Formats: sequence, structure tokens, C-alpha cells
Amino acid sequence: MPKKLVVIGNGMAAGRVLEEIFDRAPDLYEVTIFGAEPRVNYNRIMLSPVLSGEKGYEDIIIHDDAWYEAHGITLNRGKQIVQIDRDAKCVRAADGTTADYDQLLIATGSLPFIVPVPGASLPGVVTYRDLDDVNTMLAAARRGGRAIVIGGGLLGLEAAAGLKAQGMDVTVLHLMSTLMERQLDPSAGYLLGRAMEERGIAVRCNANTRTILGETHVTGVMLDDGTELPADMVVMAVGIRPNAVLAKETGLETNRGVIVGDDMRTSDPNVFAVGECVEHRGTCYGLVAPLYEMAKVVAAQLAGDLTAAYAGSVTATRLKVTGIDLFSAGDFSEASDTQDIVLRDVARGIYKRVVLRNDRIVGVVLYGETADGAWFFDLMRQETDMSDLRDTLIFGQSYGGGAALDPVASVAALPDNAEICGCNGVCKGKIVQTINDKGLSTLADVRAHTKASASCGTCTGLVEQVMALALGDKFSRVATDPMCGCTDFDHDEVRRLIRAAKLTSIPAVMQELGWKTSCGCAKCRPALNYYLLCEWPEEYEDDGRSRYINERVHANIQKDGTYSVVPRMWGGLTNPRELRAIADVAERYNIPTVKVTGGQRIDLLGVRKEDLPAVWADLNQAGMVSGHAYAKGLRTVKTCVGKEWCRFGTQDSTGLGIKIEKFMWGSWTPAKVKMGVSGCPRNCAEATCKDVGVICVDSGFEIHFAGAAGLHIKGTQLLCKVAEEDECIEVIVALTQLYREQGRYLERMYKWADRVGLDAIRAIVVDESEKRRALFERFEISQRRAQVDPWAERAAGRDAHEFNPMANFTLAEAAE
Amino acid sequence: MSEWMDVGAVDDVPALGSRVVQAPGGNIAVFKAADGTLFALRDRCPHRGGPLSQGIVHGHSVTCPLHNWVISLESGEAQGADQGCAHKIPLRINGARILLAASALMARAA
Ligand code: SRM
Ligand SMILES: Cc1cc2nc3c(=O)[nH]c(=O)nc-3n(C[C@H](O)[C@H](O)[C@H](O)COP(=O)(O)OP(=O)(O)OC[C@H]3O[C@@H](n4cnc5c(N)ncnc54)[C@H](O)[C@@H]3O)c2cc1C
Ligand code: SF4
Ligand code: FES
Repeated sequence: MPKKLVVIGNGMAAGRVLEEIFDRAPDLYEVTIFGAEPRVNYNRIMLSPVLSGEKGYEDIIIHDDAWYEAHGITLNRGKQIVQIDRDAKCVRAADGTTADYDQLLIATGSLPFIVPVPGASLPGVVTYRDLDDVNTMLAAARRGGRAIVIGGGLLGLEAAAGLKAQGMDVTVLHLMSTLMERQLDPSAGYLLGRAMEERGIAVRCNANTRTILGETHVTGVMLDDGTELPADMVVMAVGIRPNAVLAKETGLETNRGVIVGDDMRTSDPNVFAVGECVEHRGTCYGLVAPLYEMAKVVAAQLAGDLTAAYAGSVTATRLKVTGIDLFSAGDFSEASDTQDIVLRDVARGIYKRVVLRNDRIVGVVLYGETADGAWFFDLMRQETDMSDLRDTLIFGQSYGGGAALDPVASVAALPDNAEICGCNGVCKGKIVQTINDKGLSTLADVRAHTKASASCGTCTGLVEQVMALALGDKFSRVATDPMCGCTDFDHDEVRRLIRAAKLTSIPAVMQELGWKTSCGCAKCRPALNYYLLCEWPEEYEDDGRSRYINERVHANIQKDGTYSVVPRMWGGLTNPRELRAIADVAERYNIPTVKVTGGQRIDLLGVRKEDLPAVWADLNQAGMVSGHAYAKGLRTVKTCVGKEWCRFGTQDSTGLGIKIEKFMWGSWTPAKVKMGVSGCPRNCAEATCKDVGVICVDSGFEIHFAGAAGLHIKGTQLLCKVAEEDECIEVIVALTQLYREQGRYLERMYKWADRVGLDAIRAIVVDESEKRRALFERFEISQRRAQVDPWAERAAGRDAHEFNPMANFTLAEAAE
Repeated sequence: MSEWMDVGAVDDVPALGSRVVQAPGGNIAVFKAADGTLFALRDRCPHRGGPLSQGIVHGHSVTCPLHNWVISLESGEAQGADQGCAHKIPLRINGARILLAASALMARAA
């Protein structure tokens, strides 16, 4: 008599186990299946083509009715098992149907994870797991309107592409900074985001959903930052959870999933588990390839081969969105013992990365061209020694002497209307055309005829790249020092390309400019972060992970790992209330040192990192904000008492200093900026050794700049003299903005001035009132988002994890 | 005391960032690289004791916040011309949890 095999769950894993058993031992078992879905077994991974309309349900059926009949299987459709009685060896469905078993197989798959935000249970919020979900989405799509997909992973993106194909207006919200961050590195994630946007799908990264809006039906989504987005449907595709409820209730060992050994048996030897509901050696899988490998072992064991064992799987991911080619597998991290081979074909939007350890492939990411995915994956699984193939490996299996990469590809990829010289508004097409028309061959000629690079000169390198492009071998460009080992471009070139190619994120820069590493280094990342912030003040999100520690935590690190806190004292002025608050804070948090700084304010030294948010909250309460004593930004504006008290004072130097500081605080600059305003040429505010200094005189204000008194003592140079206070502020702001736009990261103002020349600066900031006004306005725009007190944000809880230890074992020890 | 001790969730540590575990022998820094790999080192730079947890993480390295030594997260060794080693703490992942070797975690001196 055949033994009784009962299967719970009629999904892909269960189906494969049965096929394998019938192959091995067709008559060994009498099979009964319970499936919660009211249908036969179908190919779940093809739901996306059904959603997009490329396939119908009939096309994706794996086992039709005839198959069940041919194998004598009792299929209970639409019947969910609610209880397993392991003593009686019997299962019971919700409708009361029971079945006895000799061997039981649990194949209950996964449940979609639902983010527990208010409104998550409103009608119109759907998950993406089975055919019913697809039908719900298709019905909604027929009514048109807006869909929001929460989750930028594989499922979310496939749902988004499908809904877009059905004519909906689709936005993807993703919590992390790049799409599919679990499977892709930031470069490939960036290309993917770009491809989604190209097909009309809006992508918002770093988007945390706070609430789903609506009374009786979804009407929209509100994000953490308060943004409201309208929606007629919300698809939750944030992840899956192994469905181990039933197994747990019946007392089987479970953790995240149902725990199985290498023999695929659960803690009860008569009960097997297979598929996404399983946890094997601490891993749960979410793709079909591992399930098929598990299914072989289950079938072998059920057929009596007790030696069959499952050893875990290596998985690879592909995205099934027509027109997007993407493949990833293995571990694609950078490590001291791994080596990266990166190929970026900027013009064709291709990115390939193979990671080697001991000459063996350990990871692969392919974007744009994935034909070699399977080949790389195979070499990886076989752990094949690649030392012989290494040089050409990245070109793939069919490499036949491919061409070397073109270093000017990034410039070649720019459109003709991309602006190369910002000062004179000259675009790439114009330069190329002039070179061709006039037969130019030297930089001097190009400057003379086009004006490109004839002003501040920061675009010189780029103009040379364009010349190399137009002239080929006839032009040899003078190599400049690259920004760091990750790129061949220098600072100015990177900056001009950020502008010309409208690059708005760090991964965008790295991909489009062909970065040689996958995520940059501690030299280029802070610089890129600054350049992007300066160029796109209204859209770029500051990347804290690309800031040096002081700027990341808004305090100066000290040699013992504690911090110093310097509140702003506008123009060096304070009052009893502020002083009292500082005194209270110093006592309350046992701050060991309170010092008057060389910049006319008070430094609280030796604050413990954990105390920072509380210290700031208390200072905020007394009306004080961060003094940015840590910033590559505006530090202090030192003043003297001026005409209000001093018998020599000619103008209100204190008042002017305060006005400047209040207008300019919070701005980020290439290096720190310090200012001073003295009420007369006796210069008690030491204004003539500052980045910008004002000397008040009877007839107005002398504006000095490019001084310093640090490693090098540099007296300032006179920029100009103006009569009115307003004009004085306008010149100073315009000057600072020009420095922000031209200064190389970490280059102090005096070094920038030496490089660019006093005359060039004066020509723009002083002589041309229109340009001065434009600079002033750009500064104003950037201040709108920059003038936020970082302390208040932190005290309110932003990135609170920065300041709290994750765990503390010192107390545990004391208690022992 | 078991061999491994739970110090927090994998998600508690931000990518390209780190968190501190306070321990009897001094702080331990737990780092997460861009690819999600986790590492644990004594939070003391071999140069002059800088808190490595406060540095910039890039690839599988961290740059010390005090004087910019680059330390390998995998071995704790200083890279390039600099010499020295930050003590590495054995780390294991169990599901969504981070475990550190109890012997290293509770050791009194680094
Ligand atoms: C606190 C203070 C010394 C004091 O006790 O008075 C100070 C302390 C530091 N200075 Fe300074 N400087 C201080 C006024 C100055 C001054 C005088 C001034 O601002 O009028 C100068 C000369 C003027 C100048 O900058 O040109 C000065 C020139 C420097 C330099 C050299 C800069 C250069 O380009 O040569 C550095 C190094 C750097 O920035 O890379 C520096 C760096 C530092 C750092 C940030 C070192 C560091 O990276 O950790 C010190 C931080 C200690 C802390 O946690 O607060 N500090 N430093 C002063 C804070 C002023 C404030 O209220 O913000
Ligand atoms: C839209 C989509 C696209 C995907 N694309 C890919 C891809 O491209 N590549 C890839 O490798 N993987 C992909 N996957 C994942 C793949 O589909 C799953 O890994 C696979 O289906 C899991 O098989 P399973 O049998 O473990 O679970 P399932 O196929 O989910 O089957 C489990 C079944 O058990 C039923 N069930 C649950 N509890 C009970 C109960 N108590 N009683 C009775 N029945 C029950 C469920 O209703 C379900 O039908 C995709 C998944 C989705 C949803
Ligand atoms: S002078 Fe040197 S030691 Fe003194 S605060 Fe400035 S940087 Fe530190
Ligand atoms: S203490 Fe780390 S580099 Fe000096």
C-alpha cells in the first residue's frame, strides 16, 4: 500500500518536490495537497509579465488539472490548513477537511511584509504576492490614476514597471539612498534609477513613509519630511517574511523560518519543509533557484535516500523589467584582500564589476549588458582560478581583443549644449565647431576665439579634453593632478562636469565620470559631497557618511574622543542670559574646561559624545545655535566695539559684523571662512588677517580679503572700497559665493585668490554689478536650505543613533 | 556566559557607518560597509588611540578621524606606510542579530 504524503501549500517549491518524487518513485506515495489559493500551481515569478500585460494567467500555469489527475493527487484548492496534530499525524483545514499522513511536507512560502504605519489597512493598499493581488492591481489600473509603490527592491520595481505599462502614473518610494541596495552597489543602483525615470516612473530615494492617507480608501501617502503625495493605490513591496506560523504553533523548531537540517527535515523527522518558509543554516531564501535545490533533496529523502543533503545555495538576481538588463551575484564588497575589476562604458550606460579574491570570482554586478552573467556566475560557483584570464575577464566570455577604454569618453558623452566654461557661457558644441572651422590647435587660440577658460580658468582641463576629442592625436593635453586615486579628473574638471552633465548625486558622478572604485575614498567623497551641495542647493541631500567626523556630528573631536561645543556669539557679542545658560550647561554636564577662544566666543571642551544632544538642546533653549566651529563653512565674524563706544570708531563695526554673520551663517564653503570687522584702521578685530575683513573709515568701508594667520601668515589684499553698508554686504556675499563656486575642496580663500588672481576676482565681484547681483542671489537661494541649526535637528532626534552606544556591557560586569 | 553575546540588530548599524559597544576593556566599534558587511574592532587607533568608530568608512577600510590613518576593517592593520594594528573582535551574524565573541568582548585589557 502506498504511504500517505500530505503537502501544505501548493506553490513553486511543493510542485517541484512532487515532480522529483514522481520521477524517482512514481508509486511510493498517495499525495494530498492543500493550497490556500483557489487554483492549480502556477509560476509565481511570471506574475510581473501578467501585470504588465505581456502574458496571461494561462501562460504561466505549471501543473494543469490533467497533471494532478494523472498522478492521482487529491488537490484541495482554496483550503487553508489551520492545524497540524503531530501525535495523531493529521492535518485540518479551515473548513474542517482533515487528512492523515505518514510524511508531511510544509511548503507555505512567505507572507508579504506590511509596514505598520497608520492607514496600512485602508482599501486600496495592496501587496504583491499572488494572482489575486495582480487581479486587484489590474482592476485598479483600469480606472487609471496614480499608484505609489513603497519599496525599491526587485518586487517593487517590477510592480512599478507593470503598473506603468498599464497606463498608471507611478512613483516608487525607497527608504535607502539607491535602489535594490541589497543586490546592487550604488553605481548600478544609480543606473537603475535613471532607467526607471527614463521610462516615466518617478523614483524617490531616502523616502520614509509616515502615514497612508485616506478615510474610506487610500488618497495618498505622507512622508517623514511632511511631503504629501496623492495616490489612488499603494502597493506595499517592502519585503517578505517566511510563513512559519503553522509550524511554530505545532511546536516545531522555528526561528525566522521553519528550521531544517541538511536532510530538509524539521525537528520532527516525519515532517519536512521546503521553499521560502524554511530556514537552513541560518539563511532564508527568496528566490526559486535554492528552492529547486532543496526540492531535489526532499524528494530523495522521501524516496528513501537518507544520504541526500542540502548544503545551502549561492544566489543570483535578475530584474524582469523589459529593457533593463541587470544581474548580480555573490559578495561585491571592496576589501583589502579582494580586487575589483571595473568597466564603465559611460556613453552606453554600462557598468560591470567583478570582484576577485585569490584570483577567484567572489562577486559580480552587471548593468546594461548581462549576457555574461551566467558565465561569471558559473566561474564563481566553480571557484575557477582566473589568473590567466584576468586581464580580459571583464570583457566577458566572447572577448576577442576588444578596444581599450577611451579616457575622454565622459566628455564625448556630453551633449553639444553642455556648458563647459561657466564664466563666459561657452558650450561644448561651440568649442568643437570653432576648432574645426578655424583650424585651431592650441589652448591659447581656443581661448582667444571662444573665450572658453579665458576668465577664472577652472575649466581649462575640460576645454583641453574637448580639444583632445576634436583633434585626436594631434593634441597632447597637459596632465593635471587627479582628485584622488579613484579618478583621472582633477577637482576643477569634476566640478565642471557635475554642472555640464547635470549630475546630482555621488553615484551619478562616479558612474558618469568613470570612477575606478565602486564607492570612492575618504578623499573624494567629502569633496564630491561639497561640490554637489554647492551646485544643486535646492535638490541635493547632504550625505553625512561623506563628511569628516566634526561636520557629521557638529562638534570638534578632541584627542581623547570627547568633543568641544562652541555656540554662536553673533559678532562676538553676548549677554548675561547666554552666559548663565553656558554656565548652567557646564555644571549640569560636568564639562571640565570652559575657554574663551581666539575667535571671540566660548568653547566648552571635553563633552562626552552621548551628552551632545542634551547639551545642544539646553543651549537652544537659551536661544543659542551652533557656532560651526567644526565646519568647512562660515566660522566667526570678529568685531571691535566700533563707534558706539570707542572714541576712534568711524562706523558701527559691531552691528555690521552681526549683520554679516546673521546673513551668512550656515553656509558651506570649500574650507573654513573667518571674517572680521574693525571700526577704524587701528584694526582691533584683526580684520586684515582674515579670509574677509572690513576696515571702517569715515567715508565708508574698505573690503579686504585673502588673509590668514594660521600655518602661513598672510596679510589681506584690498578688494575695493564702498560707501554704504548694504553694498558692503553685497560685495562680501558675492565674493564668498564666487569662492564657493571656484574654490577646490579644502583650498582656503587665500590660496584660491592666489590661483585665480586678484584681478579676475575683482572683475566679477566689483566691476560687473550684474554678475555680483547674480552671485548674491545664488548665495541667497542656497541659504534657504543651509540656514538650519544642525544642533536643533539633532536635539530633536535626527540620526540619534550617532550618539548612543548600541550596547553597554560595562554595567553588566559591575553587576556580576 | 555563552560564547557569543548579542550586541544589537544588524539594522542598528547604518551602512557606511558604525556603532559603539561599551565593554569592560574599552569601547568596541561595529562597522557596516556599503555592501552590508559587518566588522568589529577595538575602538582605538593604533596610532594615538583615535576613536575609529568616528571615521569615514570606505570599501572595507576606515579612515581615523584624528590623523587620517587608514585601517583595514578586515584585519585591523594600518594600510600604506603606517604600521600598527587595531584589535579585531570576532563577529557573527545570527539572523538579524549581531553577536560578538564573549571572550574578546568581556576581556579587561585590549
Ligand atoms: C578654539 C580655538 C583656539 C582657542 O582656544 O582660541 C581653535 C581651535 C582649533 N583650531 Fe584654530 N582655533 C581657534 C582660532 C584660530 C585662529 C584665530 C582666529 O580665528 O581669529 C586661527 C588663525 C586664523 C586663521 O584661521 O587663519 C586658527 C588657525 C587654525 C588653523 C590653521 C589654518 C590655516 O589655514 O593655516 C587650523 C588647522 C586647519 O583648519 O586645518 C586650526 C584648527 C583648529 C582646530 C579645529 C584643530 C582641529 O582640527 O581639531 C582646533 C579645534 C579645537 C576645538 O575643538 O575647539 N586653527 N585658529 C579658536 C576657535 C575660534 C572660534 O571661536 O571658532
Ligand atoms: C511578483 C514576484 C516575482 C518574483 N520574481 C522572481 C524571480 O524573478 N526570480 C526568482 O528566483 N524568484 C522570484 N520570485 C520569488 C519566487 O516566486 C518564490 O521564491 C517562490 O515562489 C517560492 O516558492 P514557495 O513554494 O516557497 O512559496 P509560494 O510559491 O509562495 O507557495 C506557497 C503557497 O502556500 C500557500 N499556503 C500558505 N499557507 C498555507 C496554509 N496554511 N494552507 C494551505 N496553503 C498555504 C500559499 O497560498 C501559496 O500558494 C518572485 C516572487 C513574486 C511574488
Ligand atoms: S594652536 Fe594648535 S594646539 Fe592650539 S588649538 Fe590651534 S590647532 Fe590646537
Ligand atoms: S590616532 Fe588614528 S590616525 Fe592618529
